[in-house]
Amino acid sequence: MGEIFGVPTQVLFGQLLIGLINGSFYAMLSLGLAVIFGLLNIINFTHGAQYMMGAFAAYFLLNKLGLNYWWSLALAPIAVGATGVVVERLMLSRLYKLDHLYGLLLTFGLALVIQGVFRNEFGSTGLPYPMPSQLAGAKNLGFMFLPNYRAWVIVASLLVCTATWFVIERTKLGAYLRAATENPAMVQAFGVNVPRMITLTYGFGVALAGFAGVMAAPIYQVNPLMGADIIIVVFAVVVIGGMGSIMGAILTGFGLGVVEGLTKVFYPEATNTVIFVIMGIVLLIRPQGLFGSR
Amino acid sequence: MKFRRKLLSAAAILAIAGAAHAQISGNVVKIGVLNDQSGTYADLAGPGSTLAAKMAIEDSKAILKGLKVEVVSADHQNKPDVGSAIARKWYDSEGVDVIVDVPTSSVALAVNQITKEKGKAFLVSGAATSDLTGKACSPNTIHWTYDTWELANGTGSAIVKTGGKTWFFLTADYAFGHALERDTAAVVVKNGGKVVGSVRHPFPTADFSSFLLQAQASKAQIIGLANAGADTTNAIKQAAEFGIVKAGQNLAGMLVFLTDVHALGLNTAQGLIFTTSWYWDMNDASRAWAKRFAAANGGKYPTMVQAGVYSSVIHYLKAVKAINSDDGTKVIAEMKKLPTDDPLFGKGTVRADGRKLHPAYLVEVKKPSESKGPYDYYKIRATIPADQAFRPMADGGCPLVK
Repeated sequence: MGEIFGVPTQVLFGQLLIGLINGSFYAMLSLGLAVIFGLLNIINFTHGAQYMMGAFAAYFLLNKLGLNYWWSLALAPIAVGATGVVVERLMLSRLYKLDHLYGLLLTFGLALVIQGVFRNEFGSTGLPYPMPSQLAGAKNLGFMFLPNYRAWVIVASLLVCTATWFVIERTKLGAYLRAATENPAMVQAFGVNVPRMITLTYGFGVALAGFAGVMAAPIYQVNPLMGADIIIVVFAVVVIGGMGSIMGAILTGFGLGVVEGLTKVFYPEATNTVIFVIMGIVLLIRPQGLFGSR
Repeated sequence: MKFRRKLLSAAAILAIAGAAHAQISGNVVKIGVLNDQSGTYADLAGPGSTLAAKMAIEDSKAILKGLKVEVVSADHQNKPDVGSAIARKWYDSEGVDVIVDVPTSSVALAVNQITKEKGKAFLVSGAATSDLTGKACSPNTIHWTYDTWELANGTGSAIVKTGGKTWFFLTADYAFGHALERDTAAVVVKNGGKVVGSVRHPFPTADFSSFLLQAQASKAQIIGLANAGADTTNAIKQAAEFGIVKAGQNLAGMLVFLTDVHALGLNTAQGLIFTTSWYWDMNDASRAWAKRFAAANGGKYPTMVQAGVYSSVIHYLKAVKAINSDDGTKVIAEMKKLPTDDPLFGKGTVRADGRKLHPAYLVEVKKPSESKGPYDYYKIRATIPADQAFRPMADGGCPLVK
């Protein structure tokens, strides 16, 4: 078995795969952020809290209503998305005319409030969520031991990301959405209910975060702080990919997951910083981001 | 004559005022509970530690006889700079006499230094690094509940003796993790084992899969988790996912708290062996106290850290009362002189280097079928007597006792 920079290739393949799995989470989360920013011009700092709410929704569906993981996968995003709709209608919709900064402040404040309430209620150590029995176990790939659930994470994430990209970039509905961001008055004149479309778009972006939360529940603890830890990285991903670029968010999400995975092998101490170093370099060389226009 | 009398009375007044000044500063003993109130260590210390300090004051009423004692608390966010700023503000302008708890070793080491500069008192319950009674020891600090040497000695030697000879460490990349890895590695080597590698992960980390894969590739028999809180629970949970234990490697949680076991659930945590300084279900006194604590803490049972805060505050107030002063250096000296005795840790002593001595317990997490109720989690496998539980004073390198 060969070696690359003193690391056996076997180990390296394993780490690449793991990077891809973590990248799946980055992709799902940054996708929601990109959709919301691209179509609403809102920098949604509540995204991490909404991801956490998705995981908690799964926990409650299981422990209070006895609904298993698969039900959660469908119901939790709807529930979390619905809270997003309420937030958009009651608060965000009043800010569209103002600078980005106001939306950012509001969503950031909301995130702190939501996290605080959950922490107060459930503590900071988190709650256990069992692995769904259909996905328990693991396969030996020769170079590594791949838990079935992690394989599922990659598949589900790819499905969700491709479907979202397809809807926004390749369908009539997506065309309306994009047109409404460019020129809402004109689209409204054609008889499209733009405010409702915007509300639903925000709800959808938030539902994506909720979906990622359910996906994360069996692997990580269901923890009020889980969103706060990941959201900063995800923002860096969105900035590197280019704010508002759907494909950019997806590709950068997976790409940076892999880069981070490799860092964990070669220099684990830098794991937390490597993404920000890349962000710095990208901003210096290509301020609009790798896939951004303008 | 008249003049002389005036002079005398003036001198007397001055003397009384002076004496009063030397007694209790501001006529109130102010206890500052400084810990993580919102992050990963908030459940094992956090508001529960503040509650424990308040309970200690309540239970000291009989000896206080009207002496006023207040508790304040603050969140250090596990950041040494934040913790230092709060400690300085408390000591300089808010009349705090003693800081207690302070989990997160990096923060505790910073507060340890500031407390020494200011001549105040510092009672550590939450932090683990054995350096607090080693090269960083101070005449103003007592390390109360547990330390890295105790954990390493208790868990490490028990595991090496039952055949776990080769070790790989997953280490939290800050003062605590480094100290725990160092102390455990020393125990492993001393007992004839070998350390085959280690990886330092950022604090905190959510995803351990990369690190676990490296641990797996090392082929070590034992994967030592030199971390705490959510890091430990995530690592244990994900190790199960990657089939590490099934494939024949074993995990050694070097620092596991009651709250961690609760968060993992017995299904995942069963069989785990580790060392603790205190467990609520040991005797009638500890059970009664734990029930009282849980009732005021939303049903959550106390960890050893919170029990340690209670015990240390009880002893602190005894010492303050004994010398009728809240001068930090003097109280700590008195605390070392007085034998300790409280309902939770029983009788014990404080050593000259600031190490509080009590037995340590090697425990095993129960199977779900063995647990009879909420928080009924541990079986005690062995008791390590107080004189063997902690590092011998001569080995610590504490400048105070040379």
